[in-house]
Amino acid sequence: MAYRPGKSSSGGGESRLVSLPLSRIKLIMKSSPDVSSINQDALVLTAKATELFVQYLAMYSYKHGSGKEKKALNYDDLSSTVDESETFQFLADILPKKILASECLKMLKSEENEEGEEEEEVEEDEEEDKEEDDDTDS
Amino acid sequence: MAERPEDLNLPNAVITRIIKDALPEGVNISKEARSAISRAASVFVLYATSCANNFAMKGKRKTLNSGDVLAAMEEMEFQRFVTPLKESLEAYRREQRGKKEATEQKRKDKDKKTDSDQEKNREEETVEDDDRLEEENPNDENEVDK
Repeated sequence: MAYRPGKSSSGGGESRLVSLPLSRIKLIMKSSPDVSSINQDALVLTAKATELFVQYLAMYSYKHGSGKEKKALNYDDLSSTVDESETFQFLADILPKKILASECLKMLKSEENEEGEEEEEVEEDEEEDKEEDDDTDS
Repeated sequence: MAERPEDLNLPNAVITRIIKDALPEGVNISKEARSAISRAASVFVLYATSCANNFAMKGKRKTLNSGDVLAAMEEMEFQRFVTPLKESLEAYRREQRGKKEATEQKRKDKDKKTDSDQEKNREEETVEDDDRLEEENPNDENEVDK
């Protein structure tokens, strides 16, 4: 393992302020089409904010999640956080709630009966959900 | 620019360590949860960037600055991050200043050496030497500021 001067390492040397790689953060920021340039302070702040965000999402989901007794953090804890908390709504597309295929079919059928016009849209949604599941399993 | 979609992922090892540090010891984080948090982090960066960029555009600036990022946090309802972020920024600036002073100190030490060398020659050409030293100093400061 490479030596990492993180906050957990004791004694000697300055602790690194940000543990996420700034170059990668910058790459992600620049992939946003309207962004032309970013100053160093803004980059460091975004990296640090991302770190705080990861901590917050994990902690919040663990506290409110179902796996607390089992000392576990699972996907479902995260997706229910996203579903329930307004602040995490922006993650709804990439952290969708998982439902059983049988439930999904039931929902689709009832929707078909109620509003046959929106049939196509519903089918698309279903495909997206499947893709998402494949991703997370890999 | 990112060429492959993987380029937009954050390193899993680092993400895992951050999660572990945030949770009580011994909590098991499922693989699926890790990769989901990692993806969420990338999306967070993009969302924050786009919010910050809106503030920069409102201010008719092309470069994102720290104020834009902090304003974005408020906008995104992550006000709780603002204070720790300000502290981190302060610490970062202190660190940078420390580094700068260290290089400045090195430069001064080096200059002293050359100064004392020059002093040996001074007896012969005092006036010219003094002029040259005065010219050199402002140049040095400019270089340090860059």
